[in-house]
Amino acid sequence: MTDKPAFDPKTATPFLTSRGHSGWLGLRYSDHGDDWVELELPWREDLLGEDGQRVLASGPILSLMDMASGLAIWKAMDRFEPIATLDLRVDYVRPAREGSPVFGRSQCYRVTRSAAFVRGLAHDGDASDPVAHIQAVFMKIGQSTDKRELPGE
Amino acid sequence: MSDKGNPDALTPYARSLGIELSGMEDGVPVMSVAFDEAVEGRPEHYHGGATGGLLETAGYAALRAELAKRDREALLKPINITVQYLSAGKSRTSYAKGRVTKLGRRSANLTVEAWQDDPSRPIATAVMNVLVAEPKD
Repeated sequence: MTDKPAFDPKTATPFLTSRGHSGWLGLRYSDHGDDWVELELPWREDLLGEDGQRVLASGPILSLMDMASGLAIWKAMDRFEPIATLDLRVDYVRPAREGSPVFGRSQCYRVTRSAAFVRGLAHDGDASDPVAHIQAVFMKIGQSTDKRELPGE
Repeated sequence: MSDKGNPDALTPYARSLGIELSGMEDGVPVMSVAFDEAVEGRPEHYHGGATGGLLETAGYAALRAELAKRDREALLKPINITVQYLSAGKSRTSYAKGRVTKLGRRSANLTVEAWQDDPSRPIATAVMNVLVAEPKD
C-alpha cells in the first residue's frame, strides 16, 4: 500500500490535454492543491475574439475553466471518473492582456453522490486581479464508455 | 473596427475552431461546427468548452445581425455567459442559433440554443449579457 494520491493533476494533465479540444487549445498544467487545479492557456493569435480589439475570445476561457474544473473535481475525489458539465457560468470582469497566457484556477468545494460543485477564476499573471470568475456544477455520469486509463491508476 | 456591413464576420477563434455560417433563418444566422478533434472532449463527444464556444459565437452573430438591421455600429464586449448542458453532444455536426431578448443602448441580453439532429431538442442553451459600446474613432 502507498499513501501516494491516486489522482495526480500534474501527470494526468499532459495525458488529458494531448488531443481533442484541450489539445487544440494547448492547455498545460500550472499548479494544484488538495481541491483545486490551475491550468495555463498559452497566448495564440488565432484565439482572438472581436476583430480589431486584440482581445482573447471568451470561448477559450470557458474551455480552460471547464477543463480546470474537471481536474479539480478529480483531484478532490482523488480518482478519475466520468463527469459531464451541467451548468457553467462565466463573468468576464476585464479583458485579458494582449500577448499574455491566461491561467484558469478552479476549486471543487463540494462533491455529492451525483454532483460536484466548483468555483474559480481566470487571471493573466496575478490571481488577485482576475479576468473572469466562474461557478459550475458537474454531474457524475456513472456507467460510461470512457475507457481511458490515466497514469497512476 | 465596427461590424457594420459585415454581420456574418467570424472571430479568429470561431474560424480556428471550424465554426461556419450554416444559413439564415428569419434573418438570424444559424452557426454550425462539424465534429472533429478540435471540438472533442471525452471520446466521440463534444467538449463542453467547444459547445460553449459555438453557443457564444451564435449569440454574437444574432446580435450583429440585429445591430445591422437597426443600422447601429457597436463594439461588443462579453459581460457574462451561463451555459446549461442538457445532453451529450455526439460525434456529428452541431448547430446553434441565438435570439436577442433585449437590445438596449449599452447592453444586450441573448438566449442561444444548440442542437444536433432536431432543433426542438437542444443539447445546450446559454444566456448571455453583452456590452454594446460606442465604436471608437
